[in-house]
Amino acid sequence: MKRWLAGAMVFVVLTLVGSFADPYLISLMTIVLLFTFLGQSWNLMLGIGGQLSIGHALFVGLGAYSVGVLYVKYGISPWIGLFLGMIIAGSVGAALAWLSFRFEVRGIYFALLTIAAAEFARIMFSGWEFVGAMQGLFFPAPTGEIEFLMLRGGARFYYFVALALAALGIAGTELISRSYLGYVWRAMRDDEPAARALGVRTFRHKILVISVSAAAAAAGGGVLGLVQGSIFPDSIMGMGLSVDVLIGPVVGGLGTTFGPLIGSLTAIPLNHLMSAIGDSLRIPGLNNITYGIVLILVVWFLPVGIWPAIVRLGEAIQAPSKVWLPHLRKAEE
Amino acid sequence: MLSLWLNVLASGILLGLVYGLVALGLTIIFGVMRVVNFAHGEMVVFGVYIGYWAVRLCNVPIIVAAAIAAVLMFFFGYLLEASIVKRFVNRPHHYQFIVFIGLSLLFSGVLLVAFGPDPRPTASELSFSTVSLGFVTLDLARLQAAITAGLLIALLGVYLRFSSFGRALRAAADNRLGGLVVGLNIPRVYAVTFGIGAACAGVAGALISPLFDAQPYLAVDFTLLAFVTVIVGGLGSFSGALLGGLVIGVAEAIAALMFTPSLKTALPYALLIIILIFRPRGFFGAKEI
Repeated sequence: MKRWLAGAMVFVVLTLVGSFADPYLISLMTIVLLFTFLGQSWNLMLGIGGQLSIGHALFVGLGAYSVGVLYVKYGISPWIGLFLGMIIAGSVGAALAWLSFRFEVRGIYFALLTIAAAEFARIMFSGWEFVGAMQGLFFPAPTGEIEFLMLRGGARFYYFVALALAALGIAGTELISRSYLGYVWRAMRDDEPAARALGVRTFRHKILVISVSAAAAAAGGGVLGLVQGSIFPDSIMGMGLSVDVLIGPVVGGLGTTFGPLIGSLTAIPLNHLMSAIGDSLRIPGLNNITYGIVLILVVWFLPVGIWPAIVRLGEAIQAPSKVWLPHLRKAEE
Repeated sequence: MLSLWLNVLASGILLGLVYGLVALGLTIIFGVMRVVNFAHGEMVVFGVYIGYWAVRLCNVPIIVAAAIAAVLMFFFGYLLEASIVKRFVNRPHHYQFIVFIGLSLLFSGVLLVAFGPDPRPTASELSFSTVSLGFVTLDLARLQAAITAGLLIALLGVYLRFSSFGRALRAAADNRLGGLVVGLNIPRVYAVTFGIGAACAGVAGALISPLFDAQPYLAVDFTLLAFVTVIVGGLGSFSGALLGGLVIGVAEAIAALMFTPSLKTALPYALLIIILIFRPRGFFGAKEI
């Protein structure tokens, strides 16, 4: 119950931010919330399902392109595009999983397969004239009027769409992880042979978790395309996006409910700040250097992520001797 | 027509040997340490820049540039492992992935700051000279790179097979705990392994510096290419890396002849997916991962 309360409080604060903040903060926070959702989808796959994807951009891109092609070319509502994108990405995810797990290929091989599939798709989309090839797809500029049925509106509208998506993602992950599926998936993550011995059809469940995660990522991608106003294969399906997706949960805390939010809230503004500093000093690689160093330091010193560290700190303040010492001892071992 | 095909095939094989060397670096590191070096492409690009500086500015032959790259990159890899990578060897794959992504961002940032984003043409006389062998005309830079890469692969194979360090390395790869029990200095083996892997990437980079313009953004392509090569051959397999390199090199060359340039870059990935369908662990992949 405490967690739901905390979640509701965060939600209220974020709603207030959306109502009063200036345009720059709004656009930054929209991206943060979208990547919270995307990170949550990735988290579902690794944190709960135990399967590492380093090519999540594939699913994000499929979602963005479904929305983009239907809306820009045919004027069909993005709602339908989102739905279609989720189906396509879910099927592609299932196909990849089937291909890989059929022969018990797992772990790092599956991870490399996801990245190869994402790169393959990126190159194919770069050469596919129908979807705009390298020139990309452009959404018409927003008129400022909110059209809910067409999912179009100004920056503030998209902020609330992103907030709704992030809240849905966090609540959904929480619900899934407490459901039958959540228990099955975590059992499978922790010990696959044991789960199988208990009668879990792990092959099907792995396909299912990957497919659900992929469909969620596609929904996030569809909205991301709408928010950015344009879709280019290199940015929406590139390796950079796959990395951005997983940085949130890893920095924030893998498998935790608020980790992706905290992580995105830390990593994305930091990246923006550093590229701004780099641009003003005319040093093009500065943001890469600081971002790289921060990533290494986080994994080095906060291996479980920022959120668990905050939780632990909170417990330590409440009852210092009880909580802190065992943790320290554990750390020493 | 036949001679065109032969030429394409030959140039694919030649470049494939260099790809094989890049992949070998990746596969040695993975085979011994179970770590996937996602910053491998950056190491290749370091090699390209070393080649650029040595050949363009100091006017030494490409072989000397490759030797310089080998020495520098070996120490670079050794120190990198001993300072940073060793802390993450026993962590789960996704943490390693983040660390290496961090490293690759760091390296490409350093390259950008040091050299700027513009490509530096490394073309010299060598890049345009050719040798004719009856049917096929070979481009000299490629031929030299391929022969050097092939020799190095063979030397490395012999070294790992027969030297005592090679035995230690293979023992560490087979059974880390067993190695520790019989008194192997595992941290040193790992550091040297990483050094060898980085040196392979660096030498390959220096060797292809007459063919590719030096540019920081090349790194991602090389990293991905190395992954594809290694998976096609089988992760952790020595001969797999070589075979994978040849397959990818030839496939790329043929695709460049038959399809549009964008398809040329897509073909290795398509090939990878096809191979994973029929031989999920690559040609020579280990049974257990």
